[in-house]
Amino acid sequence: MHKLKTLLAALLFAPVFALASESLHLDSAPDVSGDKAALQNGARLFVNYCLSCHGASALRYNRLMDLGLTEAQIKENLMFTTEKIGDTMTVAMTSADAKKWFGVAPPDLSLVARARASADGSGADWLYTYLRSFYRDETRPTGWNNVIFANVGMPHILFDLQGEQTLGADDKLQPAANGALSPQDYDKAVADLVGFLTWMSDPQAEFRKRLGVGVLIFLALLLGFAYALKKEYWKDVH
Amino acid sequence: MATNSNFEKYKSNGSILGGLLEWVDARFPATALWRTHLSEYYAPKNFNFWYYFGSLALLVLVLQVATGIFLAMNYKPDASLNAVGVPVAFASLFYITHDVSWGWLIRNMHSTGASAFFIVVYLHMFRGMLYGSYRRPRELIWIFGVVIFLCLMAEAFMGYLLPWGQMSLWGAQVIVNLFGAIPLIGDPLSIWVRGDFVVGDATLNRFFAFHVAAIPLALIGLVVAHLLALHEVGSNNPDGVEIKEVKNEKGIPLDGIPFHPYYTVKDIVGVVVFLMLFSVVVFFMPEGGGYFLEYNNFFQADPMKTPSHIAPVWYFTPFYSMLRAMVWDLVLPAKFWGVVAMGGGVAILALLPWLDRSPAKSIRYRGPIFKTLLVIFVFCFLVLGYLGTKVPGFYLFGYQPATNPDGSIVFSPLNYLLSGDLIAQVFTGYYFLFFLTMPWWSKIDKCKPVPERVTWK
Repeated sequence: MHKLKTLLAALLFAPVFALASESLHLDSAPDVSGDKAALQNGARLFVNYCLSCHGASALRYNRLMDLGLTEAQIKENLMFTTEKIGDTMTVAMTSADAKKWFGVAPPDLSLVARARASADGSGADWLYTYLRSFYRDETRPTGWNNVIFANVGMPHILFDLQGEQTLGADDKLQPAANGALSPQDYDKAVADLVGFLTWMSDPQAEFRKRLGVGVLIFLALLLGFAYALKKEYWKDVH
Repeated sequence: MATNSNFEKYKSNGSILGGLLEWVDARFPATALWRTHLSEYYAPKNFNFWYYFGSLALLVLVLQVATGIFLAMNYKPDASLNAVGVPVAFASLFYITHDVSWGWLIRNMHSTGASAFFIVVYLHMFRGMLYGSYRRPRELIWIFGVVIFLCLMAEAFMGYLLPWGQMSLWGAQVIVNLFGAIPLIGDPLSIWVRGDFVVGDATLNRFFAFHVAAIPLALIGLVVAHLLALHEVGSNNPDGVEIKEVKNEKGIPLDGIPFHPYYTVKDIVGVVVFLMLFSVVVFFMPEGGGYFLEYNNFFQADPMKTPSHIAPVWYFTPFYSMLRAMVWDLVLPAKFWGVVAMGGGVAILALLPWLDRSPAKSIRYRGPIFKTLLVIFVFCFLVLGYLGTKVPGFYLFGYQPATNPDGSIVFSPLNYLLSGDLIAQVFTGYYFLFFLTMPWWSKIDKCKPVPERVTWK
């Protein structure tokens, strides 16, 4: 019986060893989840660059107060399409118009950081790699293509910050023209933006984890009492 | 006063509560129910680890109903697009997780609860196989259990459509299309199930109705039947002996202890340990590594964009593997045999009480044939589950098979040994042979003598 148990346990974990498969190489996104300044910068970039086409309809503007911003700061710097602080972050154009103009309606980005996760890496890793992998491609209608999202519909919207890249013969990206930011600063800006997208997809994540610790401590204590109670009742069972 | 119960009616000690209970008892079998099912239900004293999962399944059912009620208050089964191009159902999900107070917690508990339900139910079923809990006189308990398992699959499948993400839509599309494999009536049947030619708003609405009303009602009724049948014949135990055969002068089994308080206090320990594991997922990894909530399902459903890989949630994958293993068109299309294999994989469980001819019920006294075959069975089931999450044409360990110029696979041992498709076919074969040949091997297996009374091991 004991041997059987060991064998069963071994079998249970056997599939774990069979996990290797072809994968996409993703750069790992710096974790800025606790950095309010970085997340605020990410919010600024999101509103200035993404929100013209992509909505974030799960998020209300006043939610940004969780990032340490005041209502006045949000209204002054981040709200362009509405006056109401309780409104969701949506774009001015309708999705039907967008579809007509771009061929595809730019997707709502509320949950994109969770949707892009895979066995290859977190959603943040994917976005961090994606936003740094645009290159010039004259065969595309937008003039842009992307290494990890082939024939992407979106042009390189951050190109004034990053500058241009081309794809070398060895399939490696080469810098071709400088942008407003140095490569290091551009990576930092993308990390902030991705940090904001990640926060937005699950704004309670930090609170959730803190609460989880409390719940587990409570349950551990309860386990002690429950076990003592069981022991006491079972004293007379032989 | 005439009474249907063998128990004495409650006699008040003069207190107000006592008087109330006496009043109720004269009109309703309150004390009788309490005694039959809890304080005077005698369960074997030697329950081990495996016996936690029945009460845990009941706990998860309650959790799912409770969280489900609160989700239904805020969820909208509507596939139409809102002003910003997001399906209303999908948007109502992130309304719940982002805006509703504690909505994220309720949602995480419900989605984690679905997987937890299958984990505890699979372990509960495996317990039945270990100790022969399906054997006479417990055949009906087992059959109710198999039907509960079927209902649970239907409940999970329909519930998975509701978030209206990419996997919700395409998973449902694939599974409902399977009905089309049934000869003659297939196509009209799948249209009838969907209420449309594709999975759409009509499907979403009817699945919602089934998920929140019809199937939960059936489930609860079946769980009551499962418990009534159990309490009629009494619980099995890790020794597989009948405790009712050795009773004291009052008619109480010598190896029995009252379920309450002994097993209620013991189950509380199990419940707390379960809740700790459950909380780790709910609070720290709600997607469960992409297995509890598939990442792709955070993309809104898009009927124009077929995902490259449509995988069911992990708890369906062993049976999904059996479906895909059928690739031969024997008179009828392979898809039909796939449906037969998938349905048969669940249905064959119901025959277990009659397939098993072993003189001993419990694995403790059964012979080497059973132990060996059961270990292989568990291995096959787990590997089938693993392969079901993979794309067809998958090879183990990242192996790349050599191909001929025409694209066919070169005939070589490794190309076959590591082929997920081939392994799934062989293991599906084993799954069915395990059951179908059981009447023969369970009879000739060398069992040890079974003791008269339960033991502590």
